[in-house]
Amino acid sequence: MSARVFVPGDAAAASVGADEVAAAFEAAGATVVRNGSRGMLWLEPLVEVETEAGRVGFANVEPAEVAAVLSGEHERSIGVVDEHPWLRSQRRVSFVRVGVVDPASVADYEAHGGWAGLRRALSLTPAEVVQEVTDSGLRGRGGAGFPAGIKWKTVLETVSDQKFVACNFDEGDSGTFADRMVVEGDPFTLVEGMTIAAHAVGASEGYVYVRSEYPHAVAALRRAVDAAYTHGYLGQDILGSGLSFDLHVRVGAGAYICGEESSMLDSLEGKRGEVRAKPPIPAIQGLWGLPTAVNNVLTLCAVPMVLADGGAAYAELGTGRSRGTQVFQLAGNIKQGGIVELPFGVSLRELVEEYGGGTLSGRPVRAVQVGGPLGAYVPPEGFDVPMDYEALAESGAMLGHGGIVVFDDTVDMARMARFAMEFCSIESCGKCTPCRVGSTRGVEAIDRIIAARTMGQDVSAELVLIDDLCETMTKGSLCAMGGLTPMPVQSAIKHWREDFEREGADV
Amino acid sequence: MTTVPTTDRVALVRAIATQHLADRGALMPVLHDVVEELGHVSREDVEAIADVLNLSVAEVHGVVTFYKDFRTEPPAVHAVALCRGEACQSVGAEALYAETCDRAGDLGADVEVDEVFCLGNCALGPSGTLDGRLHGRLSRERIATLTEGWR
Repeated sequence: MSARVFVPGDAAAASVGADEVAAAFEAAGATVVRNGSRGMLWLEPLVEVETEAGRVGFANVEPAEVAAVLSGEHERSIGVVDEHPWLRSQRRVSFVRVGVVDPASVADYEAHGGWAGLRRALSLTPAEVVQEVTDSGLRGRGGAGFPAGIKWKTVLETVSDQKFVACNFDEGDSGTFADRMVVEGDPFTLVEGMTIAAHAVGASEGYVYVRSEYPHAVAALRRAVDAAYTHGYLGQDILGSGLSFDLHVRVGAGAYICGEESSMLDSLEGKRGEVRAKPPIPAIQGLWGLPTAVNNVLTLCAVPMVLADGGAAYAELGTGRSRGTQVFQLAGNIKQGGIVELPFGVSLRELVEEYGGGTLSGRPVRAVQVGGPLGAYVPPEGFDVPMDYEALAESGAMLGHGGIVVFDDTVDMARMARFAMEFCSIESCGKCTPCRVGSTRGVEAIDRIIAARTMGQDVSAELVLIDDLCETMTKGSLCAMGGLTPMPVQSAIKHWREDFEREGADV
Repeated sequence: MTTVPTTDRVALVRAIATQHLADRGALMPVLHDVVEELGHVSREDVEAIADVLNLSVAEVHGVVTFYKDFRTEPPAVHAVALCRGEACQSVGAEALYAETCDRAGDLGADVEVDEVFCLGNCALGPSGTLDGRLHGRLSRERIATLTEGWR
């Protein structure tokens, strides 16, 4: 009998050679399952071999090591993967099946608790489903943290012959990859979450907007959608309930701004991805002017569990007004990068130092950017802040999509501030002046600072100018792109002013 | 990718656009298919697409030029795209990008080097794609090894 071997098909695993490793196992006669990644990315390619004791993992496997893995003699065995302390200490809800199941198999999904949420939802009225989601306290995981139940209630109560569900899978923030990994590793969860959403708000058509930088995810999702149609989880009269729901996968085209929900809607409509002024809100006038529930991937992927186990069970996790779990993504200059899913309230220190194990370079941590390119830079003194929406906002930062990017002490924070402005100037949709012009002026001002500091000149007047500019961008921009770009810039100036005043030592 | 004679090209673009006529918001899928099939979107393609989808040429042109993926010039034979996102910068992506741009000619005769902002591989940076394939933990040496066949 040939051994059953799991070699992740996840893009991150593939980026360090998993495809070649999978081919080598197949050539050796093993039965290979291309699972998702467990999220311990520093161990990829992490190969698992099915044994009587459980699935035993082997880290950083190379094609030439296949025989050693199959004979159990490979030196980098990490033991039974489910018992690995990095995983065991987590509370995986959205990621419970990622890396475990075969993402291509509907049967495997069902065997691991899949479709239970949808079955229960279909036994409830739309209003009851919305109530469950409201009771769960689930908030939008894209970054804004808006209560999902309230959004759905608005769509449900807006009268229209045609409504839509739209999933924002334009995960463009550097340092975030949870949406990608959940869809590559467990795509049926998103299909199930969207189908539940369709029932809850009265939508008959749904769109997933995936960024084009994620070809693995596009393929996994399209395969899952096709399988869901084949097995009656999408299409007409789903599971005999009378619900009809068609799900379309659409691909973005390399514009960061399309992660902003109204830009995404315009892009889905086949237009330039320009931000819309609000109101009207998408829940009332979204796609093609019709009521649309727009949610992030992780929000929708939490929904099946909320319905399967009840809103109260989900609300038991978390802290304050941040209920449930958050999927943190440890990235950048970090020793143990990957996915850490925990109830809200864990400290940044625990994530960076304990889970992350410090920097990859082995040098001291100097800064951490939380929440993507529009998030604040936090110095080590601020690492004890609990990771929830309110506590972070109070400390002048934001959770965003849960990305945590670590920098060591060689980072030049004036350069990072400049990059924040540069990124905004490149990716701005151009509709509003504070963002379009402000970011360009911001780059120029920081360039002047960088030139001046080299010569030891006074930069205080430029810093005042940047502060003014940031205020204009914060208050005058239509969306978070221009509105939040000041966050990384001003946090860098606040905590690392010395980087703006003098040239750092060359490292 | 092969060079398609102009008249055949127009017919092919019209056929692609026609396939998507029933889709809501068909323009983006049409443009993706045109780039996939023909490598880029030409001026004539824009006119053909506008005609089939009943849009103005200006509308289609506006969309083509808004999105980076809808290139208007034919691609080079080989392509390198390196991530310049913050996570990759924290492990040296800026220097790698600058150096790779400077030395593009060393990688092959017809190689284009471009920047990209995040490939979702932020724990294994510096990340990039070589002819569309994702790679992590890139360095100058690794890029040289992976592109050996280009020279």
